[in-house]
Amino acid sequence: MYTVDYYMEPSSLDEAVQYLQKQPHAKVIAGGTDLLLRMAKNKNDNMTLLSLKKISGLTGIHQEGESLFIGSLVTFHDLQTSSLVKEICDVLKTAADYVAGPQIRNVATIGGNLCNGAPSADSAPALLALDARLHIYGPQGLRIASIEDFYLGPKKVDLQSAEILQAIEIPITDSSRCNTHYIKYSVRKTMDISMLGCAAFVCMDQDEQIEKIRIALGTAAPTPMRCKAAENFAIGKKLSSNVLYDIGELAAKEAKPRTSWRASEELRTYLVRELSQRAIRVAAYKIGR
Amino acid sequence: MNRDIKCIVNGRERVLCVNVGETLLEVIRDRLNLKGTKKGCEAGECGACTVLVDGRPVDSCIFLAVWADGREITTIEGHTPAEGLTDLQQNFVDEGATQCGFCTPGMILTAQALLEDNANPTEQEIRYGMAGNFCRCTGYQAIIKAIEKTATNRVK
Ligand code: FES
Ligand code: FES
Repeated sequence: MYTVDYYMEPSSLDEAVQYLQKQPHAKVIAGGTDLLLRMAKNKNDNMTLLSLKKISGLTGIHQEGESLFIGSLVTFHDLQTSSLVKEICDVLKTAADYVAGPQIRNVATIGGNLCNGAPSADSAPALLALDARLHIYGPQGLRIASIEDFYLGPKKVDLQSAEILQAIEIPITDSSRCNTHYIKYSVRKTMDISMLGCAAFVCMDQDEQIEKIRIALGTAAPTPMRCKAAENFAIGKKLSSNVLYDIGELAAKEAKPRTSWRASEELRTYLVRELSQRAIRVAAYKIGR
Repeated sequence: MNRDIKCIVNGRERVLCVNVGETLLEVIRDRLNLKGTKKGCEAGECGACTVLVDGRPVDSCIFLAVWADGREITTIEGHTPAEGLTDLQQNFVDEGATQCGFCTPGMILTAQALLEDNANPTEQEIRYGMAGNFCRCTGYQAIIKAIEKTATNRVK
């Protein structure tokens, strides 16, 4: 039994936002696979839960123009089985495949995975690499933010009071020139939290030079992060082992991993160096295939 | 705070007044007295509390009872026929896939959903699909075999 004093299930985003304005301490709950565990640990008096489950329009995946829209309540199982995700950004399916086990994937949502601010969230590096935009609904209506600006600090994300993540927008890229790959490193293949996660997005121009690149890391710093110095270095270069090696070195310099019982700082730094190269290599290999 | 919910549990409609902090696991075990669903870690790790919600396995220890409103729940009691066992259960028995039995209800329900998604899974697919259910006794080999055998016989 969790201690919940008040529970509400608004049926629209407007209603939810209004309620959150009146009750700023209320916690927004989606799948609950993370929040409920934290509630069990830190018993909190006066716990008010605002569930998003009855709000329609948060559960679908659809394509509109040059973007794919994923509702914040889409579960990892939905991501695994969506043909649109597979076709447009299969890296998100890869990330979802790595998450926990079936029971959790049936319930846990992509929105919750982002909004709880965990540095180890499997969806985060993939979405950073895809340059996703977040549709955030609040008292002033809808605002659209880049996922890059979303992570502010440890477990802290850019959701102002009474704001709710509504959807995630993924720009569709030309798969004949660009592709993305995600690698999660963990001791167990399933039911484990990443020691390090790395996603890379690569676009090649006609001369086989890197035209665009995004390298994103999870569990390599207090928040999921991009490796901008490594990316800037890579632009305009041909993919060679030397270039990849230098990218890995730069990424390792930018990462700020810490030692935890799961892995030491040294091991994580090594993994950044290695996995960034591998992720880029595979992403580039997948182009046009 | 309480809420009324209406759900179907093992084919039978139930109207329940639940506390909003109550888990589906608590409702199933303590109110409906269906003790086949086990309480293990209570942290979404072990899968002993697995039940099917609209046919999909979930950990009922981290699933609020209010979320069962309007849904269809199947527990191991609902999976088991009035007489005897299902083929899946019989294969668990025959392969020695159950020892203390604590994990078995969850294993059976997850395996049932797995076989409905994928009638002919590879060993790797079975291992992946069963990753959310822990067993402290059998070493898993017999469990995998029992599921493989069920798939083979059903496809025949
Ligand atoms: S008791 Fe629910 S997962 Fe262990
Ligand atoms: S048979 Fe004992 S835990 Fe699986």
